[in-house]
Amino acid sequence: MRLLKVCAVLVAVALIATTSLAIAGETLDSVKKRGYLIAGVNGGVFGFSMPDEKGVWKGLDVDTARAIAAAVFGDATKIKYVPLTAVQRLPALQAKEIDVLCRNTTQTLTRETANGLNFAHVNYYDGQGFLVSKKLGVKSARELQGATVCVLPGTTTEMNVADYFRANGMKWKPVVIEQTAELSKAYFAGRCDVLTSDASQLAAHRATAPNPAEHVLLPEIISKEPLAPVVRHGDDQWYDIVNWTVMALIQAEEFGINSQNVDKALRDPNPEVQRFLGVIPGLGAALGLDDKWVYNIIKQVGNYSEIFERNVGVNTPLGMERGLNGLWTKGGLMYAAPFR
Amino acid sequence: MQEVHQTTVMKPPITRVGVIRWARANLFSSVFNSFLTVVTIYFLWKIVPGLIRWAFIDSSWATTGAQCRAGGGACWSIVTKNVRFIIFGFFPYEWQWRPLLAMIILFSLLIVSRNRRYWKKWLGYLWLIGLFVMGLLLKGGLFGLPSVESTKWSGLPLTLLLSVFGLTAAYPLGVLLALGRQSRMPAIKSLSVVYIETIRGVPLISLLFMSSVMFPLFLPEGITINNILRAQVAIILFTAAYIAEVVRGGLQAISRGQYEAAESLGLNYYQKMRLIILPQALKIVIPPSVGILISAFKDTSLVVIIGLFDLLKTTQATLSDPRWMGFSVEAYIFIALIYFTGCFSMSSYSRRLERELYRGT
Repeated sequence: MRLLKVCAVLVAVALIATTSLAIAGETLDSVKKRGYLIAGVNGGVFGFSMPDEKGVWKGLDVDTARAIAAAVFGDATKIKYVPLTAVQRLPALQAKEIDVLCRNTTQTLTRETANGLNFAHVNYYDGQGFLVSKKLGVKSARELQGATVCVLPGTTTEMNVADYFRANGMKWKPVVIEQTAELSKAYFAGRCDVLTSDASQLAAHRATAPNPAEHVLLPEIISKEPLAPVVRHGDDQWYDIVNWTVMALIQAEEFGINSQNVDKALRDPNPEVQRFLGVIPGLGAALGLDDKWVYNIIKQVGNYSEIFERNVGVNTPLGMERGLNGLWTKGGLMYAAPFR
Repeated sequence: MQEVHQTTVMKPPITRVGVIRWARANLFSSVFNSFLTVVTIYFLWKIVPGLIRWAFIDSSWATTGAQCRAGGGACWSIVTKNVRFIIFGFFPYEWQWRPLLAMIILFSLLIVSRNRRYWKKWLGYLWLIGLFVMGLLLKGGLFGLPSVESTKWSGLPLTLLLSVFGLTAAYPLGVLLALGRQSRMPAIKSLSVVYIETIRGVPLISLLFMSSVMFPLFLPEGITINNILRAQVAIILFTAAYIAEVVRGGLQAISRGQYEAAESLGLNYYQKMRLIILPQALKIVIPPSVGILISAFKDTSLVVIIGLFDLLKTTQATLSDPRWMGFSVEAYIFIALIYFTGCFSMSSYSRRLERELYRGT
């Protein structure tokens, strides 16, 4: 009996010890007081957020979160990552379990209004595409009449493809497969003619083909998927920090400042660059941050181009071109508002 | 001269001994059985050489994913190259000896506890010390071990944590619920019935979703409860309801006379249950309760859907890496072996326990 009582006490202590009480105030204050940022991530999308074989988080979304931590703390490592599923991600943000959601989440009207969320500047412009075998001889998605299509269930992907085929008056047959990894297997095994997913994912699938050159991405992109970090309604200061952190990454690329030359750029006579890097103070303080915030981001994480090339660029297994994600000066959509 | 009687030892006909006789008796005893044998042999002949060729001869063991794709056979490299992530997940790389040591302690304690002769008080204390050391190894923060967030507990240690604690906590709770359901006090009885029927009426997935998605929204502002703990509680609540019904079956199998005999000895309720009823009832229900424990162990893999990185999820994460995408068969075989080892040792131990307990009576 005494043993039982000891056990009961131990269990009670364990319960109390693991229940962390964190009374949240303004997000920035609570993040600073806590000493680290809590970022919701995906955990299963290569190039965006995924652990490597040592369990270290890598990816474009992860680097975005690291940039926010660098802006707030001057230390990109002060983060706790919380892997979330598609269903969990929005409630987790609403329940204040995470400070920011960097989990390839598409910006939509209902998510901003009904769900009470704010999307910061887009950090990746994606869109849904089609992957087909060259043997089919198809040049355009318009020629896919009667095709069988491999698709993940329960996502916007499935609805988009249904809409597209109906709008174009074509018949199609879905082959619904639950697991991402199994999706490409089914396609390569010939269970479907077409594989559809976000273009960034299709590139990853193609990379696993026995002979990647035998498969082509069709030119049609049938949906807009602007992926952006998300915060809650009701804390404008925190929204500004996240929003301007993404813009700082883009602006740094536009200035040609990267993690290698940022120290040299501190001596740049251009007043725009001086304001940007905090040599002329003011911008950081306006956000409630250190004036060195941009310097810390660039020094520790890099600019947008470095992040893109490291995670999804042409030298990675994904092999993505910049395309829509190029700077506005180079025909892309990445455009940062002026830092002044 | 004496006549020498030579007797030659005649061997029985070749069809009555050895391989042929065995084959006749077991494989070709009737037309239908012969047909089945032939069909089975045909399929084995078709499948086994290819399987061996795939799994051993053509297989690669320590290559990159690209080399695997060129090789053609089984790609065990996905396991050997990623084994530390699959097993330990996010636990800091240089500190992974800590969960390893914790698991070794856990297995040693389990092996020691297999033997009923050691079921003494000191074993209880040993478990308490063991649990403390394991908690210390995982959590850290004392004796110079750096602290590791519980969100970084993943892979096999997380699976074991959820199942071992889930099962050990669910069993006593289930017994209490079964006794409650048998109780003559209406409040306790109806509470137990409502609890058991509600929990059994919903799937485990819905409980996990409730605990991870709905529950936080009801909590007061700013209070968060560890995700692992929430899943753990959901698993315990779920398993306990099933255990309760199994134990109730055992209680009903005990004859009325046993209850009356215990009461006539002047035993109070606690003594009656502890000394007379439960020892007999729990013994009867060993096979079904082990069935529930085994399925609960496997059900812990459902925490995948609430984003916890248990053994299954770390494997799936590895599989979504483009360098290794497509070798799901090999990776799943690996974790299937781990799950099989767990389940098989539970069922073989339960058979042994049953034998020992029945020999004792």
